[in-house]
Amino acid sequence: MKQAACSSDLTVLWPPIFTPRVRVPLYAEPCAAGFPSPAQDYVEKELDLNELCIRRRASTFFVRASGNSMQDLGLFDGDVMVVDRAEEAAHHDIVIAEVDGEFTVKRLQLQPCLALLPMNPAYPIIYPEELQLLGVVTWFFNSTRARRR
Amino acid sequence: MLMFGIADANKFYASCEALFRPDLRGKPVVVLSNNDGCVIARSVGAIAMGIKMGMPWFQLKAQEYPEKVHVFSSNYALYHSLSQRIMTALEEMTPRVEQYSIDEMFLDLTGIDGCEDFEHFGRRLRAHVLATTGLTVGVGMGPTKTLAKSAQWASKEWKQFRGVLALTPGNPKRTETLLLNQPVEEIWGVGRRIGKRLNLMGIENALQLARAHPALIRKNFSVVLERTVRELNGESCIPLEEMPPAKQQIVSSRSFGERITTKVAMQEALCQYATRAAEKLRKERQFCRHVGVFIRTSPHAKDEVFYGNSAGEKLPRPTQDTRDVIEVAMRSLDRIWLEGRRYMTAGIMLDDFTPHGVSQLNLFDEDQPRKNSAQLMKVLDGINQSGLGNLWFARQGVNNEWKMKRELLSPAWTTRWDDIPVARVL
Repeated sequence: MKQAACSSDLTVLWPPIFTPRVRVPLYAEPCAAGFPSPAQDYVEKELDLNELCIRRRASTFFVRASGNSMQDLGLFDGDVMVVDRAEEAAHHDIVIAEVDGEFTVKRLQLQPCLALLPMNPAYPIIYPEELQLLGVVTWFFNSTRARRR
Repeated sequence: MLMFGIADANKFYASCEALFRPDLRGKPVVVLSNNDGCVIARSVGAIAMGIKMGMPWFQLKAQEYPEKVHVFSSNYALYHSLSQRIMTALEEMTPRVEQYSIDEMFLDLTGIDGCEDFEHFGRRLRAHVLATTGLTVGVGMGPTKTLAKSAQWASKEWKQFRGVLALTPGNPKRTETLLLNQPVEEIWGVGRRIGKRLNLMGIENALQLARAHPALIRKNFSVVLERTVRELNGESCIPLEEMPPAKQQIVSSRSFGERITTKVAMQEALCQYATRAAEKLRKERQFCRHVGVFIRTSPHAKDEVFYGNSAGEKLPRPTQDTRDVIEVAMRSLDRIWLEGRRYMTAGIMLDDFTPHGVSQLNLFDEDQPRKNSAQLMKVLDGINQSGLGNLWFARQGVNNEWKMKRELLSPAWTTRWDDIPVARVL
């Protein structure tokens, strides 16, 4: 601080005069000695499996399959199914239906009449009067390694 | 013209429990409070059997019923997940939604009538939530939040509305009839105590309260009730809050599953509550300047003298570090702990918040801020929220015999891979 005007017993202090600083622009990207990466203008987000398999987060549930009677379809015991309950069930969709107080995986038949087709021919076709669905199976997953064991 | 809606899930907890249990459809289902204390939710079937709200679990267990009653501990992981799904479904159809409680959401419906009748929209909303989540909501609508709540109350009281009712300024006769039939204590924000005082003044139904002079109400009660009067008359005083207001206080407390008699067990319990409180504090992005502890024995226990006490400390600087909270909590406990008692409840209270951790450091302060506190807490929260592992402070102990009693807990159907529902392939 600089001492300036001194009138009677009052000392006034002035801040020193600053010369404006020269601003050196800062380059956010590091200036590498080599050639800049040709890919940096083309960066995209990594793929996320959720984007592919889940259309509506709020209505999607995961359900585990139990039983081995659907191997023709490639659905095995322990597989995880992606079930969307807001999805409109169409003819021949794989659905989770409520039968006798439990969830079962069936193929839905709408024509010529409403029916739940079993995945295993040993079981009967069900002709329900009223159908309660948990939802439509939109995807399912199995681990190929778990399969091999 | 403003228009509010309120969507509330019917028999929410009991419906959540039956959602992935097709065998429970239409059956009597009840949900118990924390520590399996008493009944806090009932399905329609359970109500029909005469099971009362607040009935203690041991009483229910001893009772004989014509049909098996399905009893569950409260499964908050499940309820929260489904509540969020309802919220998302509502957001898909309405521009602004305020989460009012776990099963109630306020909606901004202003301008909907430009293209669609309110009640028609309400029915579509209801169908959309049902299709998305499998849960049913009731929808009440009105030009103020209080009137929307009244409409919702009426839609439940009278079955002919089928869960959707709109009170519109265009139909004042209907609003009047409804308010005439609504007892004051059923009005949003009134409650039983104020209701009784209003009854003494001769105000028994909502219409009488609406006709009361606001100044008189303010003089005899409060500004809050005056606001209710104005809202009943269609003047909106309580806006939609999309962001919950910043918390002023965080309390983490619980009754123990079993009584605590040793100091070590109490220290473990308080450490756990301190950890949870500090976690909440960081989630709120706040720092606290006061930490308090309270402990209490049961006031109803026979042949025991009741003891309850609390202690706390002001902190030298604001903190959100779990270690600081635990340290103060342990010191405070030392001051109030009495040997030989059977403690029923304990808790931690964090107060006096500021949004910044900055404070004037004292030159002679012995305890300097902890180094890298923010980074450590970030790592801690990151690991604990990832669901992959759990880090805790050694003080919390490993065998938590005192922890919550949840013997009848249902699976976390939507939030844990090991718990997802199973479907048989037939």
